[in-house]
Amino acid sequence: MEVLGVAVELLVMFTGFGLLIGILFGFFGMGGSFLVTPALLVMGYETNVAVGSGLAFVFGTSVIATLKHRDLGQVDYKLGVLMIAGTTAGIEVGKIGLEYLQHVGLADSVVSVAYVGLLGAIGAFVTYNAVADRDGGLVGEEDVDSEEEMPAIAQTIQSYRVPPMISLRGGVTVSLWMILLVAFATGLLSGFLGVGGGFIRMPALFYLVGVPVPVAVGTDLFEIVFSGGIGSFLYAQSGAVDLSIVVPLLAGSALGARLGAGATSLVEEDDIKVYFGVMLLLGALAVAVRQVGGYLDVPVLDTVSLAIILGAALLVSGAVILSSIRELRRTAPDSSSSAAD
Amino acid sequence: MFGIETLGGNLQAAVLIGLVLAEAVLLYVGYGALESVLARRVTELIRGI
Repeated sequence: MEVLGVAVELLVMFTGFGLLIGILFGFFGMGGSFLVTPALLVMGYETNVAVGSGLAFVFGTSVIATLKHRDLGQVDYKLGVLMIAGTTAGIEVGKIGLEYLQHVGLADSVVSVAYVGLLGAIGAFVTYNAVADRDGGLVGEEDVDSEEEMPAIAQTIQSYRVPPMISLRGGVTVSLWMILLVAFATGLLSGFLGVGGGFIRMPALFYLVGVPVPVAVGTDLFEIVFSGGIGSFLYAQSGAVDLSIVVPLLAGSALGARLGAGATSLVEEDDIKVYFGVMLLLGALAVAVRQVGGYLDVPVLDTVSLAIILGAALLVSGAVILSSIRELRRTAPDSSSSAAD
Repeated sequence: MFGIETLGGNLQAAVLIGLVLAEAVLLYVGYGALESVLARRVTELIRGI
């Protein structure tokens, strides 16, 4: 049986896959093309269609997730616009570095190692810090915006009071130049590695700028609306966006993004960081396996890599939902039930 | 699909991205309505009230 020329089984599979990715995307502000593009490649789609359709899907999901985070008061538009400006400049410079490496024939090896290293390093750093924070006390502390919970690097960056100073959500005040510098650095890495960069920006917004994690996720998603929109437009110009992929994926992810975004207001900040770190560590492992497969010319490792990514996505999104349910049950019946949405 | 293959490059791209945006907004509104109807009931069910 077919709907609009697409087999119903395929539509159901894409919708389920979209739901899974949507939860992660709404919860972390990353993971869309990271998960979709390799899956489409393994399913046999052309590279340009896999990338273009992945970007269009990321664009649609980021619109939904940003709207949901806006409802929860977790998007800082001022910070988002400044991040877009700084990131765009950084990406251009990063691309120059990548082109130079391509010119000297080192692009593939350097970018692969840097990508795996960066994913692994950020994953390990975020996980270690979250676990250390949890073990180090603050049990029962409810004030998530308090000074002692702000990372030391963010406090140092905020101490450079070069005017104009910008007030951000979460009671944070940072110099405009510091925000642009952080945005430029994340864009530089993003352009150099040729990736969307949600996994770099979200921790950068929390650890360097100092905004609370939910605001970092919401603002990162706001930025992805623009990068995903422009990227998918460029691919759509050459007909590389396949709506039979994007439409069912988006139908699933729209629900998942709502659940994921809602979960950020339920799950403890440290738990969010642990899940994020584990997702990145498993992502690094998956990318490393794929690179080794390409280097040794062992195609089966591509499938192993995809299995690791899908397994990680299933594991982490399941953990997010379970944490939310546990938190809901822990909450007293007479406290705000609106937190559930 | 959706009969937009006959349009030129830029126009086709713009219509396609517009369609994705329209679907996203529709889904946001649709699931939002569903949430406003079901959220409280599901929350109470989870809390065991």
